[in-house]
Amino acid sequence: MKSREFATVIEQSEIADKIYSLWIQTNKIAEEARPGQFLSLYSQDQSRMLPRPISICEIDREKGHIRMVYRIAGEGTEEFSHKKPGEQLEVLGPLGNGFPLDTGKKRICLIGGGIGIPPMVQLARESEGEVQIVAGYRDALFLTEELQQYGSLYVATEDGSAGTKGTVLDALKAHGLTADLICACGPKPMLRAVKAYAEEQGILCYLSMEERMACGIGACLACVCQSREVDAHTHVHNKRVCKDGPVFLSTEVEL
Amino acid sequence: MRDTSVTLAGVELKNPVMTASGTFGSGAEYSEFYDLGKLGAVVTKGVANVPWPGNPTPRIAETASGMLNAIGLQNPGLDVILTRDIPYLKKYDTKIVVNVCGKTVEDYCEVVERLRTEPVDLLEINVSCPNVKEGGIAFGQDPRALEAITKEVKRYAKQPVIMKLSPNVTDITEMARAAEAGGADILSLINTLTGMKIDIHRRTFALANKTGGMSGPAIKPVAVRMVYQTAQAVKLPIIGMGGICDASDAMEFILAGATAVSVGTANFANPYAALQVAEGIEAYMEQYQVENIKTLIGAVSG
Repeated sequence: MKSREFATVIEQSEIADKIYSLWIQTNKIAEEARPGQFLSLYSQDQSRMLPRPISICEIDREKGHIRMVYRIAGEGTEEFSHKKPGEQLEVLGPLGNGFPLDTGKKRICLIGGGIGIPPMVQLARESEGEVQIVAGYRDALFLTEELQQYGSLYVATEDGSAGTKGTVLDALKAHGLTADLICACGPKPMLRAVKAYAEEQGILCYLSMEERMACGIGACLACVCQSREVDAHTHVHNKRVCKDGPVFLSTEVEL
Repeated sequence: MRDTSVTLAGVELKNPVMTASGTFGSGAEYSEFYDLGKLGAVVTKGVANVPWPGNPTPRIAETASGMLNAIGLQNPGLDVILTRDIPYLKKYDTKIVVNVCGKTVEDYCEVVERLRTEPVDLLEINVSCPNVKEGGIAFGQDPRALEAITKEVKRYAKQPVIMKLSPNVTDITEMARAAEAGGADILSLINTLTGMKIDIHRRTFALANKTGGMSGPAIKPVAVRMVYQTAQAVKLPIIGMGGICDASDAMEFILAGATAVSVGTANFANPYAALQVAEGIEAYMEQYQVENIKTLIGAVSG
């Protein structure tokens, strides 16, 4: 069940250029949250009306804490980055459906690209079996220590400054990784390549999608993505990323 | 007990607060936050005779104190509304308003006719969506076309008809008079203002549709002015909307001449917005010892 809360900031720091790590204390949200879900964060500046959807990076259900790692992409995220411990943050969540944890697959490959890497931390932590993580960065690395704790980490960088030079798929192939389940989050070109690779190899694959959102709860129909089958809500070929996703079976969506 | 009820063409609403079409789905998503029975009426997202897929994404962009949308009236078609959404809304003690869109006069009339036997209280005819090429706005910017479609829709409609007016016209009162002449029972205004946003970093349009409908508090003064002018020009009751976020905003519209108000974009910024507007109106009445909200409709002086 989603709830709107005024969460308290516990800790915030810049962990790479314009990438911030934010821990908040929630009332009910952490208890309900699952890997791959997201929160809507609301600006306190009334000139910025729309919530910012931010993925969940880590969950501490016992303490009620949630960690989000986000990139400053505009004035809204800039505002959040100035929040200090003890300050309040208006949040709604958990939203969306998250990654499935009950597939029964034992050889898992989690693929994150850029700001799509954060949700892989909690997912790696809760995945059972052999967890391999491929993380693709433009240049500066972040969250590598956390990822290494929960699986074998393989890095790709666009500029070749660390790990394999190239894309996540280049790293996956360079290390000869095999999997019977792929979970991926990242920019659309990456998701498109991962989807093609998984389907070609016959690997079960889940993708976490992103789209501009307004309401975040499935009402406004702003954040749709093209679906292969007729969708249950509107009976066309548009699934709502916020409500029906953000995680979809790769074969469900057209990219 | 203060009387917050208002009457629109014989339909009594327990309070003047409604939801603006397109911002509230058919209510289900918001019923997770509060009892829809606390609202005067729920207005569905626009529905056509058949499913419409809507526009490509991105469909929305934030602007200063507002937003642009170009959803393109994605909707599941009337069949789904009849079998899923109307029965769902019937569970709540609120009035049901179905917003109707179409590409041709026949499309509108087909939907309106099929709604005759449904437990729907009011029909709102969307002739002012700026985001679809055919239909919609074509009827909403030409007074003769507006009068003609109003007449046609009225021939088929059983429930009272609300004509939703576009602000993208030179003279809103000319459009209001045309709808009145066509036999409209109620007017609602304003729909969104056509706008544009450009991403200077990518050097592209923020919306795939290039233009979109602007809404939110940024447009409220335009909306209040148009509601006031319309209230002076016609005898029909008015549902006022455009940037209403709280009860103060709602009271401006009522004082300007609106019988009821709709909360739209604010639902995105705060899922409790419409409920809080309804509660805030009661608080305003308490503060100023107003016994009956109807006494404040159009009560602005000066």
